[in-house]
Amino acid sequence: MSTITPQQVKHIANLANIPVTEGEVTDLADAFEETLDVVANLQSVDTSKVEPTHQVTGLENVLREDVVDEAHMFTQAEALANAKETHEGFIVVPIIIDQE
Amino acid sequence: MTDSTPKTKYELVCGMEVHAELKTKSKMFCGCKNDPFGAEKPNIYTCPTCLGMPGGLPVANKTAIEWTIKLGLALGCKINLFSKFDRKNYFYPDLPKAYQISQYDIPFCYEGVVETSEGPVRITRIHLEEDTGKLQHKTVDGKKVSLIDYNRSSVPLIEIVTEPDIKSAKQAKEYGKALRQVMRYLDIADCDMEQGGMRLEANISIRPEGQEELPDYKVEVKNINSFRFVEQAIAYEMERHDELLEAGETPAQETRGWNPNKSETFSQRTKEDTEDYRYFPDPDLPPIRFTQKRIDELAAEIPELPKAKAARWEKEFGIESKYAEQLTAERPYAEWLETVFAIAEKPNAVANAIVNKKVTVSEGEDPTAVAKKVADLSKTDDVDTSELVAAITKIKEANADAVEKYQNGDTKVVGFFIGQVMRVLGKKVDPNVLRTTLMKELKK
Repeated sequence: MSTITPQQVKHIANLANIPVTEGEVTDLADAFEETLDVVANLQSVDTSKVEPTHQVTGLENVLREDVVDEAHMFTQAEALANAKETHEGFIVVPIIIDQE
Repeated sequence: MTDSTPKTKYELVCGMEVHAELKTKSKMFCGCKNDPFGAEKPNIYTCPTCLGMPGGLPVANKTAIEWTIKLGLALGCKINLFSKFDRKNYFYPDLPKAYQISQYDIPFCYEGVVETSEGPVRITRIHLEEDTGKLQHKTVDGKKVSLIDYNRSSVPLIEIVTEPDIKSAKQAKEYGKALRQVMRYLDIADCDMEQGGMRLEANISIRPEGQEELPDYKVEVKNINSFRFVEQAIAYEMERHDELLEAGETPAQETRGWNPNKSETFSQRTKEDTEDYRYFPDPDLPPIRFTQKRIDELAAEIPELPKAKAARWEKEFGIESKYAEQLTAERPYAEWLETVFAIAEKPNAVANAIVNKKVTVSEGEDPTAVAKKVADLSKTDDVDTSELVAAITKIKEANADAVEKYQNGDTKVVGFFIGQVMRVLGKKVDPNVLRTTLMKELKK
């Protein structure tokens, strides 16, 4: 069995955009370990003759025609209603790229 | 002679990734209007689905899928009859769901080819995904911020990936142009480069000439929005890599951008973590299964493409390929021009006159009028021989020295006489008749 390192926990937390404290890192490492044990259990099943399941609904080709559906579109005010900060119709977030 | 080691000659190894927005009426997974460049205000074409709100359910746009397959067929690709959409997970403010719906292991199209004058460029795959919102970085009220407009969020976006077959910066440009031409012929994308409707990315490395294996590094230059810039960026990188390799270093594996003002590439801040998108099949979108019959129907809808058109023009109308190549560039224009060829007495003369700008024509103009304009170019007035001889005699008298030169073997003066005769007569004389008569008279 592999052992989860604090580094791996931090990496996963970072990918999930969730800040974790050092204490949480230790706890999560143990929790991940348990989860992996369950997965390891699943991996003991022979699936060599099973087709990959992408979906369980059995549906295929659920498509829409290329038509504009004005009724479901938001007004600008509606689109911006939940934004913490707006400016001239844009949603404002802290700077992403600090340009030269 | 100085005794220096001959410098290693390097060759380019380059593959490209091109993104283009499809010009469907609605977005990829919702019914919002797809018109990000035409929108008068930001954030006016959105809904719960393309804003990534809880409960929003994406449903794929059938037209966008069929157009992707048409592009694949036009580029000689194989088509996956069974396909699906996957989630590509990452956090960025232009991506409201925190994942982009894309295609991972089963793209709609694979293994095609684009022919260029420097050889074939193999297409690895073409897949369909959704575009992101548009970010602008500005200072508002003294604070540095990023502004988001989601009008572009979830606009259908195709990505065309090649094998590393591109051998020169010029070929990269030619490939990009050929690709844009096909998309425009199919009428599936406007490919407006300036607006970002078509974006180029080049994966660049160099290796010593003759080396078979691929280099052990590559540099990505991303988000290039002009064919000229992609050519310049590749040339710039080739030189940069050459210098590094000659100094015994390997260029860093990184993503770079192109600064058109400085005409140089620059290193983009790289994320500390390596990319880890954790793709998985999107459970909201059932897989897609096509029948071969439907694929055949789509293939039948593909219009004649530029190269085929040029070949047919040569066969049917005798249009020289050097003209056909230019005149088939845009489909509506080419289709109109063909109506002119069909009625013109000498179609190749029409092609020649248009390419060399001897006549001014505009798309949609009456074909008969265009054919007449071209015919008029070579029209001559009736001039009887005595009138012609009289004019020549008059000119000879006024230019005795030039006549003497001619008689002493200086044939260059013939041009001068031709010009003089035309001027004196004020008419357009059949050039063959004029020349023959002139020679005869000058010898007298």
